[in-house]
Amino acid sequence: MTIASGTRNVAKVSIWNDPKLRALFFQAVLVVVLVLVAYEIVHNTILNLQRLNKDFGFAFLSRTAGFDIIQTLVPYTSASNYGTALYVGFLNTVLIAFLAIIAATIVGFVVGIMRLSKNWLASRIATVYIEIFRNVPLLLWIFVFYSAVRQPLPDAHQAYSLFGWFFLSKKGLMMPKPMFGDGAWLGLVALLAAIVGSIVIARWARARQSATGQPFPVVWTALALIVVLPLLGLAIEGFPVDWEYPALAGFNFSGGVAVLPEFMALFLALSLYTATYIAEAVRAGVLSVSHGQTEAAHALGLRAGATLRLVTVPQAMRVVIPPLASTYLSLTKNSSLAVAIGYPDLVAAGGTVLNQTGKAIEIVSLWMFVYLSLSLFTSLLMNWFNARMKLVER
Amino acid sequence: MKSKVLAWVMGAAVGAFAVGAAQAGTLDDVKKKGFVQCGVSQGLAGFSLPDAQNNWTGLDVDFCRAVAAAIFNDPTKVKFSPLSAKERFTALQSGEVDLLSRNSTWTMSRDTSLGLKWAGVTYYDGQGFMVRKSMNITSAKQLDGATVCTNTGTTTELNLADYFKANNMKYQVVAIEDANQVRQAYDEGRCDIFTTDQSGLYAERLALKNPSDHIILPEIISKEPLGPVVRQGDDGWFNVVKWTYFALLTAEELGITQANVDEMTKSTNPEMQRVLGVKNADGSAAGFGTGIGLNEEWIVQIVKGVGNYGEIFERNVGTNTPLKIARGKNALWKDGGLQYAPPIR
Repeated sequence: MTIASGTRNVAKVSIWNDPKLRALFFQAVLVVVLVLVAYEIVHNTILNLQRLNKDFGFAFLSRTAGFDIIQTLVPYTSASNYGTALYVGFLNTVLIAFLAIIAATIVGFVVGIMRLSKNWLASRIATVYIEIFRNVPLLLWIFVFYSAVRQPLPDAHQAYSLFGWFFLSKKGLMMPKPMFGDGAWLGLVALLAAIVGSIVIARWARARQSATGQPFPVVWTALALIVVLPLLGLAIEGFPVDWEYPALAGFNFSGGVAVLPEFMALFLALSLYTATYIAEAVRAGVLSVSHGQTEAAHALGLRAGATLRLVTVPQAMRVVIPPLASTYLSLTKNSSLAVAIGYPDLVAAGGTVLNQTGKAIEIVSLWMFVYLSLSLFTSLLMNWFNARMKLVER
Repeated sequence: MKSKVLAWVMGAAVGAFAVGAAQAGTLDDVKKKGFVQCGVSQGLAGFSLPDAQNNWTGLDVDFCRAVAAAIFNDPTKVKFSPLSAKERFTALQSGEVDLLSRNSTWTMSRDTSLGLKWAGVTYYDGQGFMVRKSMNITSAKQLDGATVCTNTGTTTELNLADYFKANNMKYQVVAIEDANQVRQAYDEGRCDIFTTDQSGLYAERLALKNPSDHIILPEIISKEPLGPVVRQGDDGWFNVVKWTYFALLTAEELGITQANVDEMTKSTNPEMQRVLGVKNADGSAAGFGTGIGLNEEWIVQIVKGVGNYGEIFERNVGTNTPLKIARGKNALWKDGGLQYAPPIR
């Protein structure tokens, strides 16, 4: 203590030239300015709301919505409340984002590898696809696909039919819906058992291969397990599954599961557009793996497929994952363009609620909060995945 | 605490528009900037439609021009903001437009909880249905199971839900924000029915590929009083807009037209002199224009600029236009309609 004060006495300088104090001072000024700005914004908003005779609050969420939504994953009618309407929109956003992310990833990886292929045709097709899709705005693609799933297709009465199970028309794609009866739980249990079994087999196979060098066809075994076991489970109970087939009734099909044209258009546009970015990230990742690695793998006698799977891709993933994460984030946010073609996502449902209630600030802040949460959640998952795939240094 | 956090978020969200709205005296602002910023629809034949040179025509558009004529004696001093059904009220609340003249339905919830005020009803309308002739449908009661195209963020969506529920019918609704996309979706067969205000259906039908393949069903399922809207809390501006509307009606009632308005100023009829702001022999004012911050000749300016209500109606949607809409409920009260203006005195 005495030593410290002693040194300070020696190095005594003016307060202005003390870097610590100066930094503190400017930080304090910044905080004060930020607080004032924030206060002014809030204060100004409150005053303006008062002037417009509007109040702020979320009580309106429990009022009756009065409008219908075409695609609802949870029970919803026009007698439900605004909160439920927004929840329906939120689930629709999650559904489209989740499915489009999966499709975009698969297409992206395939196209990315194709572009590096030595096959002239394959690499050119990939290049043309990437350049066309990446260089046209997404909104235009959404409109193009929306027209594509409407114009060339027939009316519901002349729908294209496949075995009388699937119907494709301007009203969308109708599919049979499984109706599980008593005893169907055995099938579900068998499915779970198959998944757990596959994981166990994969671990055992890896351990055996590291120990003895003998490979095991894990993928095929797992696939067989996942298909056969649930079927076996259902067979024991005498297949307690009924299929509800779509049937034409009046204007439209009833029964079965309907995939809306709006959903198809948005799904195709989002996944094919985003896949180009993933393809480019994959290409960058693969190119980042030095040629020496491939040559070394070949020298060890690995074939091209095994080299790609065991040597190139694992190393490429380290470069691919970070851009992949931000691509997923933009896909989720881009899904809000749904409003342009009437797919009832969070923004579309929220927009209707906003218009009926006039609660602009509340709805906009809800939108921001939900998209922020979705993005942070996706980032969290991808960061975890990234950490797992990182180079383990020994 | 929770509400505090939200207050911060909300503040950030509206900071931008809050600044624009923090002015009082819209009439003074309008006079200062030299034009009326008027919110109109994105393209609805007969009500507000731009041509290739961006010249707007229509009943809603002419109302904006009437307000401009009343203030500036020049009906061209208007700038139009095309707004979607979803954006319109926010644009008005935030001060982006001075006046909303965009076939907007007057309802209690909008009038009381959105911070808005309807200045009158320039068009009495009701919601109807349009279907393809080939479907052989004659009544809306036959629409069970149909898919319906409509604009999102409108009273239409709500009436639709009520109507199908009341008649115990099922339906699916495709609600799209952009009016042109709605029409296209219907035209390409995504929907069996197109629903909106009946005047809108007549207008949209003209824009379809084969207008004659479609019919408008006789049922009207709602009351849709459409009129100009202003912000709450500015009574001066509200008066200007409200009385511009009444002036248009009064001019028709008294037989003042664009062609004869100069003639009429020579009239010795005291009511005519009051309306047209003809000065008394001693030079004192006979009219009430100055009382609402305008000229004494404000009605002369309006009628010279755009004509009276009947002229506007006939020019844009009347029987000699492609829309061929009869006056019906929009006739003056003395002709059996609902259009009625309080006396100017």
